[in-house]
Amino acid sequence: MLKDPYLDGVRSVEELLGYVDFEDGTAIIDAKDLKHKELNDLMKECVLRGASRLILKNVCGQRYIGSRLFFNPPKRVEIEIYGTPGNDLGAFLAGHRIIVYGNAQDGVGNTMDDGEIVVHGRAGDVVAMCMRGGKIFIRDYVGYRCAIHMKGYKDKVPTLVIGQTAQDFLGEYMAGGRVIVLGIGIERHRCYYIGTGMHGGVMYIGGKVEKHQLGREVGVVEMDEEDWKFLEDVVKEYCKNFEMEGKEDEILGKKFSKLIPVSKRPYGRVYSY
Amino acid sequence: MKSHLLPEFYVERIESRCNKCGVCVKQCPWGVYSWDEEGKEILIDYTKCVGCQRCVIYCPNKALIVKPYEGSYRPNAYWTREVISDIKKQAEQGGVILIGTGSDKPYKVYFDHILLNASQVTNPSIDPLREPMELRTFIGRKPDRLEIDPDDFEIKTEITPNLVIETPIMFAGMSYGAISYNAFLSLAMASKEFGTKFCTGEGGLPKDMREEYGEVAIVQCASGRFGVDPEYLNCACAIEIKIGQGAKPGIGGHLPGEKVSKKISETRMIPEGTDALSPAPHHDIYSIEDLAMLIYALKEATDYEKPVFVKIAAVHNVAAIASGIVRAGADAIVIDGFRGGTGATPKVMRDHVGIPIEMAIAVVDQRLREEGIRHKCSIIASGGIRCSADVVKAIALGADAVYIGTAALIAMGCTMCQKCYTGKCSWGICTQDENLAKRLNPKVASKRLVNLLRAWSLEIKEMMGAMGINAIESLRGNREHLRGIGLEDWELRILGIKGAGEGYEYRGD
Repeated sequence: MLKDPYLDGVRSVEELLGYVDFEDGTAIIDAKDLKHKELNDLMKECVLRGASRLILKNVCGQRYIGSRLFFNPPKRVEIEIYGTPGNDLGAFLAGHRIIVYGNAQDGVGNTMDDGEIVVHGRAGDVVAMCMRGGKIFIRDYVGYRCAIHMKGYKDKVPTLVIGQTAQDFLGEYMAGGRVIVLGIGIERHRCYYIGTGMHGGVMYIGGKVEKHQLGREVGVVEMDEEDWKFLEDVVKEYCKNFEMEGKEDEILGKKFSKLIPVSKRPYGRVYSY
Repeated sequence: MKSHLLPEFYVERIESRCNKCGVCVKQCPWGVYSWDEEGKEILIDYTKCVGCQRCVIYCPNKALIVKPYEGSYRPNAYWTREVISDIKKQAEQGGVILIGTGSDKPYKVYFDHILLNASQVTNPSIDPLREPMELRTFIGRKPDRLEIDPDDFEIKTEITPNLVIETPIMFAGMSYGAISYNAFLSLAMASKEFGTKFCTGEGGLPKDMREEYGEVAIVQCASGRFGVDPEYLNCACAIEIKIGQGAKPGIGGHLPGEKVSKKISETRMIPEGTDALSPAPHHDIYSIEDLAMLIYALKEATDYEKPVFVKIAAVHNVAAIASGIVRAGADAIVIDGFRGGTGATPKVMRDHVGIPIEMAIAVVDQRLREEGIRHKCSIIASGGIRCSADVVKAIALGADAVYIGTAALIAMGCTMCQKCYTGKCSWGICTQDENLAKRLNPKVASKRLVNLLRAWSLEIKEMMGAMGINAIESLRGNREHLRGIGLEDWELRILGIKGAGEGYEYRGD
């Protein structure tokens, strides 16, 4: 018979309540040997029982943490994760704040709608794919294909802040939002195809980036006062999140390149009618 | 550069009937008709005509005839007029030729080479007008076995969510952006009235429609993830992951900036006038494992309350891909044949990539049965379903239901002029021009759609009754009711049907 790795053997919420310590609106969940769905079932149950803060301990690869927490009317929850959350952390996230004390895997903030994700460590590939709003802070570095097709509309401006560096295809097809790579401790970024197919949004990259590392649809423009002001705010927030207060000037004391799309319609000329 | 292209259509005006009322000038968005300088005569520039027939229908005096331009090159069965025109067009503009609607090429239409059975003597036919006839269809995963409580006869097995539709016909994904708000709304209204569902395509679902029409909306999550937010996913009746489309397998989509109006930009969350680019792949899906991850991400985001569909184009290895999709956890798989329609695609992709839907359904159904996983997943056939007989044949080949797109547009007014990508649809369907979109009245258009569904449903019942079948379930994959005509052995083998004249096999001992 066909096995379902996601659903087979999933226990009911009642059976799982033993994994939770509930205290004054804070639920502490021991995620050890919980399956993806079990952990998310429990998280939802805790919020429905009034928890506004969830502390997840011993997290080890559980996927979709936070994705289930969509409520109408909306509720905002603070989630602290100890360990390593699995793929799609905060996918479709509806306004919650997630703090990871550890590294994250692939797909952090996939199609995230609103909220905040703070990772005290590194993250894998496809971070912030199709992100629509909110903020993501990654203290260290990220993998390939991050910020692909980020979007933005009016006051919904998603922001991805990466402390060190990223791999290839950063901001591919980017349609809106902001990506900031601070380049802390990085002499030269080694990623290529940055912003290929970019047609909206903006990227700020601290440290050395050569023209041949950029996609053809990207242009480099001078930073103006407003850009520096924005960066200062971002760096301040970054330092506050990761308890690095006092390092702001050091982080900002290097060259930053501002990347914007050359055209809103990069492929408008390839067709005949 | 002077264009060497021949005109496509010729407009003939019956002068004795024309009273110069000017309706044609108003109705034609292509610029064929114009007033002369003095405002007395209506001039005709037929070189701009695309053959949409809007002026013909709306001319109050029936004074117009629009027909293909008769003059042509020396007849040549190889270097046809179309081939010559395409070369000239590309020599002049140097780009990929864009086109709308499904392929119009004369490939063999397998539906037209399949005949249905009817009962005579040994198995009496049923009169659908007097006897109950079940078209209700459940789309979604079915359990491996049913456990029933012997005391109260209640089903003990937990059933995963299924969609209930009153006829095995749904409206295929056509995005708000590709089609006008009014056309989009008409599909939603008709679905609600008739008891079926419509797919939103990848342009999101406008917020003002969510409360009323969410329950009939299958919301799409495509590679561009346009308009995908938690509320969008949760208000819907099902979610469809779009991997591919029959009219353009393997490539992404570009909604041209001209079509990205204020409301579209709001729904899709991209700035006005920007190209809406859908990447060719989902950048988080490079394998069946990754697909499973997205399927379950969507289930997580919707509390496991909605079936998740996966839509693919019918390509050469479709059966193996479908098997992987079922194993990845999809509740339904949508297969879009190479005749599938589109608002815009490179012509070369539309006309040369993919396989016929008839064969794709047959091989997928066969493969899933052989692997014992057919019940895990419904099959929705899409791409070129033209009439109720096509629906019946698709279901007998193994589909659970069909999607109709082009047929629905034709019901609303489309005349298949293939100019969808220009955004100037004179029938108000495939346009974002407010004045053109106004031409489509959602009340009238949804009535036409409901009529079409009703008519096809009645015909399906007639055909089923003739076969002696009183529930659409008994027709599914029932290939014994199909016979091929004018097909070769390999074609019959792939379709899994016998040739016309071959009777039932003797299965005695």
